[in-house]
Amino acid sequence: MNGQIFEGLSLTEIREINAEMSHYEDKTAVSIEALRIVQKHRRWVSDQCLVAVAELLEMSPAQLEAVATFYNLIYRQPVGKTVIHYCNSVSCWMLGSDQVRERLCRHLNVELGEMSADGEYTILPIVCLGACDHAPVAMVGDELRLDITEDAVNEILGR
Amino acid sequence: MIRIEIDGQLYDVQDGNNLLSACLSLGLDLPYFCWYPALGSAGACRQCAVIQYKDAEDQRGRLVMACMTPVADNMRISIAAEQARQFRSDNIELLMTNHPHDCPVCEEGGECHLQDMTVMTGHTFRRYRGLKRTHNNQNLGPFINHEMNRCIACYRCVRFYDDYAGGHDLQVFGMHNNVYFGRFEDGALESEFSGNLVEVCPTGVFTDKTFSAHYARKWDLQTAPSICAHCGLGCNTAPGERYGELRRVINRYHGEVNGYFLCDRGRFGYGFVNSPKRINKLRLNGQDITADAAESHFRQLLKAGKPAIGIGSPRASLEANFALRTLVGEENFFLGLDDTEHTLLNAIIELMRNGGIHSPSLREVEQADAVLILGEDVTHSAPRLALSLRQAARNASFEMAYTLHISPWQDAAVRNLESQAQSPVFIAGICATRLDDVAASTYRGSPEDIARLGFAIAHCLDESAPAPAALGDAEQSLASTIADSLKQAKRPLIVSGTSCASLDVIQAAYNVVKALPSTDKQLTFTVPECNSLGLAIMGGTGLQQAFERIGSGLSDSVIILENDLYRRVPGQEVDMFLEIVRHVVVIDSLENKTTEQADLLLPAATFAESEGTWVNNEGRAQRYFPVYPATEPVRGSWQWLASVMDDARWRHHDDLTAACASAFPDLAAIIQAAPGADYTVKGSKIPRQPHRYSGRTAMHADIKVSEPGQPHDLETPFAFSMEGDTVQVPPAVLPVIWAPGWNSNQAINKFQQQTGGQLRGGDAGVRLIEASGTLPWFGDIPPSFKPEQGRWRIMPLPHIFGSEELSLQSPALAERLPAFCVLLNPLDAEILGAETGDQVEISSLLGISILKIPVQIELTLPRGLLGITAGLPAFQSMKTWSQVTLKKLNQEDRL
Amino acid sequence: MEIMDKPLTKNIRPDRVFATLADYESTGGYQGLRKAITELQPKDVQQWVKDAGLRGRGGAGFGTGLKWSLVPVDDLSQTRYLVANADEMEPGTFKDRMLLEQDPHQLIEGMIIAAYAIQAQRAYIFLRGEYHLAKQRLEQALLEARSKGYLGEHILNSAFSLEIVLHTSAGRYICGEETALLNALEGKRATPRAKPPFPLVSGLWGKPTVVNNVETLCNVPHILHYGIEWYQGLARGVDKGTKLFGASGRVKHPGLWELPMGTPIREIIEQHAGGMRDGYKLRGFLPGGASTDFLLPEHLDTLMDYEAVAKAGSRMGTGVIIVLDDKTCPVKMVLNLEQFFAQESCGWCTPCRDGLPWTVSLLKDIIAGKGRIEDLDTLAGLTRMLGPGNTFCALAPGAMEPLQSALKYFREDFERYIAMEQVQ
Ligand SMILES: Cc1cc2nc3c(=O)[nH]c(=O)nc-3n(C[C@H](O)[C@H](O)[C@H](O)COP(=O)(O)O)c2cc1C
Ligand code: SF4
Ligand code: FES
Repeated sequence: MNGQIFEGLSLTEIREINAEMSHYEDKTAVSIEALRIVQKHRRWVSDQCLVAVAELLEMSPAQLEAVATFYNLIYRQPVGKTVIHYCNSVSCWMLGSDQVRERLCRHLNVELGEMSADGEYTILPIVCLGACDHAPVAMVGDELRLDITEDAVNEILGR
Repeated sequence: MIRIEIDGQLYDVQDGNNLLSACLSLGLDLPYFCWYPALGSAGACRQCAVIQYKDAEDQRGRLVMACMTPVADNMRISIAAEQARQFRSDNIELLMTNHPHDCPVCEEGGECHLQDMTVMTGHTFRRYRGLKRTHNNQNLGPFINHEMNRCIACYRCVRFYDDYAGGHDLQVFGMHNNVYFGRFEDGALESEFSGNLVEVCPTGVFTDKTFSAHYARKWDLQTAPSICAHCGLGCNTAPGERYGELRRVINRYHGEVNGYFLCDRGRFGYGFVNSPKRINKLRLNGQDITADAAESHFRQLLKAGKPAIGIGSPRASLEANFALRTLVGEENFFLGLDDTEHTLLNAIIELMRNGGIHSPSLREVEQADAVLILGEDVTHSAPRLALSLRQAARNASFEMAYTLHISPWQDAAVRNLESQAQSPVFIAGICATRLDDVAASTYRGSPEDIARLGFAIAHCLDESAPAPAALGDAEQSLASTIADSLKQAKRPLIVSGTSCASLDVIQAAYNVVKALPSTDKQLTFTVPECNSLGLAIMGGTGLQQAFERIGSGLSDSVIILENDLYRRVPGQEVDMFLEIVRHVVVIDSLENKTTEQADLLLPAATFAESEGTWVNNEGRAQRYFPVYPATEPVRGSWQWLASVMDDARWRHHDDLTAACASAFPDLAAIIQAAPGADYTVKGSKIPRQPHRYSGRTAMHADIKVSEPGQPHDLETPFAFSMEGDTVQVPPAVLPVIWAPGWNSNQAINKFQQQTGGQLRGGDAGVRLIEASGTLPWFGDIPPSFKPEQGRWRIMPLPHIFGSEELSLQSPALAERLPAFCVLLNPLDAEILGAETGDQVEISSLLGISILKIPVQIELTLPRGLLGITAGLPAFQSMKTWSQVTLKKLNQEDRL
Repeated sequence: MEIMDKPLTKNIRPDRVFATLADYESTGGYQGLRKAITELQPKDVQQWVKDAGLRGRGGAGFGTGLKWSLVPVDDLSQTRYLVANADEMEPGTFKDRMLLEQDPHQLIEGMIIAAYAIQAQRAYIFLRGEYHLAKQRLEQALLEARSKGYLGEHILNSAFSLEIVLHTSAGRYICGEETALLNALEGKRATPRAKPPFPLVSGLWGKPTVVNNVETLCNVPHILHYGIEWYQGLARGVDKGTKLFGASGRVKHPGLWELPMGTPIREIIEQHAGGMRDGYKLRGFLPGGASTDFLLPEHLDTLMDYEAVAKAGSRMGTGVIIVLDDKTCPVKMVLNLEQFFAQESCGWCTPCRDGLPWTVSLLKDIIAGKGRIEDLDTLAGLTRMLGPGNTFCALAPGAMEPLQSALKYFREDFERYIAMEQVQ
């Protein structure tokens, strides 16, 4: 990690957050982008980071937490290196998202939201990924996976 | 006024309002949660549903939220329509799905808005079979209890705490039905107004921790109208007693003064009344004596030898002060004030009387469209005023909303304009203040420099106003910016006060307001104590003269009324004075350094057990009444004094009030502050106990099985009883807010002319001084403050929880005391080689060590000043303006 | 000519990954913008779009030109904003993602024209956080547009300047609701705002703001380029232009197609989607996403037009159909939908926050054989309770649409579960 200032943020993070500020009317507006930036670098937002971001944006930690806990893509708990979001909305559900979830969880021996023992994966549900014509779908890290079959699960997990 | 039809009846209502507010103002019952008069509408709870019809023909109508619907001429609505009634009942059913139904063990029970509304909607049967979600609770500090499971997510708490009061540490987390209202982590709520959550929350999520520790039901509390004793603003309160103990203080609505809100000092500072430090015995030379013996000793002392002198008090009532003054004679009566404070208060009264500028109520403060604060950190010196100033800063956004056709009660929409439009608030203070977040700009300087800035602003506004010599460029340009901004205001307000202990600051404030072109301008001063202004209106001389009188040998005994002299002047001076005096009579309620030295000590009732009149900073006389009788031998101060008057001139308190009123022209109106003891409702006195007051027959069964008779109250219109009627009593003597179906404090709707407006029958109290005349410019402008090397000037800084004498003895506040330290500018600290947390030794210029204490570096404190918490006992030997030297202590010196 | 009847998707071709600037320009890209900026006044652009009859593709179908014309432009020094709503999160809807990923310039051009029409100085793309590919492509396209002078200071040497900021959301369906979206853009919790004031008057940071759906904006360049008459001629029904229609579920070829407004639903399901998979029968369908009422096979001949679908008892919504087959339990399908809505409720208003979880818990009880017959009345009561106008925003009423129609059309399925319990 780069030099830590704002007790818990790296210089890169601070630079990236500051760069966002010109796009908005005030610092508060950057809060979501800032949390995402931290998360990009660290996978999740720890209390310490949250406090640091709040300080940078001249918000109180509570104000930032109010925002952080509203949005589902901000992780306030550690997640694995790759987060697998399987879609559990209607079309995917019809075409077997429950089985996808079961398979993923069974393979990794985790419950939803847990980190796999090797720290590689966390499985979370997500709402409709906008690819219902290829249900069931999942997002593995940043990548959209379509038409997930039993084999696809093995392939995703590299087994 | 416009005309609307509700359930077939025609009503005239005020235009511009929302329908909910209009219905409530008409006295109709319409349930609601998220709406709150001071907070406007949110539309979140969906409880206030009514049917609105398009026109006279429309039979079906459509469901609308009354709080989000503007009233309009010829509008036709129905509250009673089945569809609306059903919706409201279903809505409550939904709200209650997660509610724990723990009313029997909930402190809110019996005065719960949720209970009231549930009953009102008729929802009685639970269909939901699912599990309830549960939450963890937080420790929110000594004032507030947290029980999140009771939450119905009306969002009032955060809307009050954040939006209205400017707090940052209470927020809503999560979403869907898992929203959580709390702090980022456990810890005391930071806002000085956190206590209002207790009343703002419609259920039992936020309750008064001091009350919860040993709670009683509203219907079991004995209550009388009271006035807050803890600063000069005179907020109206409703203290409650049970089993001989004061249990809590809640807000008592006053349309002009405190509105719906109190500060935390006012709400939680009451604990001193129950303190173990209470004086509840008579003492003569250290021995307990009877009341008769004390009286006769007192009488003898007054007769024998040289005339006794009396020392009054700014925390004692007008009546008690007046009684003392009469007892010892005008020439022997001294105001218990030190010279500086006395000079300041005199100057303030002179300005109020003859300066020709209106002294605003807090409601009027909220209407200001530009504010200049000179030398005050109001959050600490007059806390409730800070809340009002925060609202004044919003006026520009209300104006902008008006042009965009956004109704003022559309709360979020108006707040969304705040980034574009803020009414300017300028703050010149000693260091950073708690209101700086709404300030357009701030200035930090010594009292002289604050005064100079003020004089410069006045000069910018009006060339004929004297200008300070050799003003710095930065100050000059700031002065002209502020002047320009104030000049444009329609209702500018200047706030100053006694915190800086500087006459220059007060005079500068007057010059500014005098120079302003507006005809609708206002000037308000904060004063330190609940009756500072009243005492000063009486006139007289201060403590130094009292000391001189004793020193001269013309008098040798003193009667000290509710005044710890050690808080006012340096200890050595008091020591010397008390040394010389032969007889010291002290009347007070709490042990302190002065009472320790009393020869004759008479236990005085507190505000909770006695009656009297105080004058607040606005010049409003307000009466407070005993909530419960003082326990023998404690008496009201005035009663001790009256009991030793030879001719028994004042048999009753009303006589004393009348005598006081006729003795001082400025006080003539105080008899109108509240009805006298002869006031009755249908022949009965006003009951202090609600009709459902329980347990009276058995309350004292552990002492005596038969029910004791209720004590008689001959001094006030109240009875210590539940018999009698409170219907239609004037606001000044309205003990408790209660209406059929409305058990919570929100019954206040039924007592107001308009929701959030004046009380029916007029708001309590009487303004004593109306502006007239004009005064010449003040021209005595001090030179700029120049720090002297190696010397620091003592600068007492008020603190909401540390500075006021009585509340300091309340256990809840003790937990919120400021850190015990002195403040220092970073450059000054560097010279000493000290960092925050290091110990320094404070010594007099003669080298006498005064105190060893940690320092705290304060970026915004000017150089050469040493900030101390005003009123903390440890600092009592340090006098404002005096100079000291500082030395950093090494480890070994500390030991 | 293919280009002329599929303006929105003409650049989307199986033979290439996505349309670059050059691809886009080669089929008339940025000509609409050129015309608007060099030949037309902002008011004229509004009028063109109004006359063309473009209605919002975000679900509500509000006239786009009319919306623009309501923005106060008297004080030109005042800041105004345009926001492209690219938050697509309605279950069963997958139309905007394709437009964003495959032809990002189309949206950008539409945004610039729209911004010109309302004289906005800054525009935001509010992009769903999960759309990573769209984000990359939009970023690249924005750079290209800027370097070609379509975006930035003095666009095409005119007096008009515009900055487009790409904002990626951190999740939550409610962010798609336009006022909640504004709060999200301001870095706040995305609870909706009360209307009035409408965003057109007081939106982002209190300034006049127009929010338009991605597909809506993508229509705009073509209206300007090819003209009103051409645009009106595209449709088969009352409403104008083309629309992205799609189908998912157990159909042979789930997918997305650009078709004339007013295309019969039967044609979409039976021809374009190839009908039901073998062994499955059509039981019903949600015509325009998760928050529309079920329709039955008997409604197949309904035209995909706002009024026509409404008359059949549903809404066109996003125009992307979710098909219910005869082997999928409608009660479980409704449970899945209600779980989604309950989870995505912002928590602001009572009926939605507390009514949806109750709905879910009742449906779960019923499916678990613990239901009671009066639960159906309770559910029906909830659909009324959470109906339009009763809640703070349209999320909860949307959530009630599939439930109320399921109770109407599939009541026996509910009753069967409940009867199951009686038997036990
Ligand atoms: C709960 C909810 C979610 C919505 N989500 C979206 C969305 O993801 N994308 C969208 O364009 N409109 C969405 N809308 C509609 C928008 O509020 C708004 O009407 C639309 O963006 C306006 O654009 P248009 O006029 O171009 O259709 C949603 C509405 C609601 C009530
Ligand atoms: S209907 Fe109410 S709770 Fe639901 S999303 Fe809208 S505002 Fe939020
Ligand atoms: S009081 Fe009207 S919606 Fe809450």
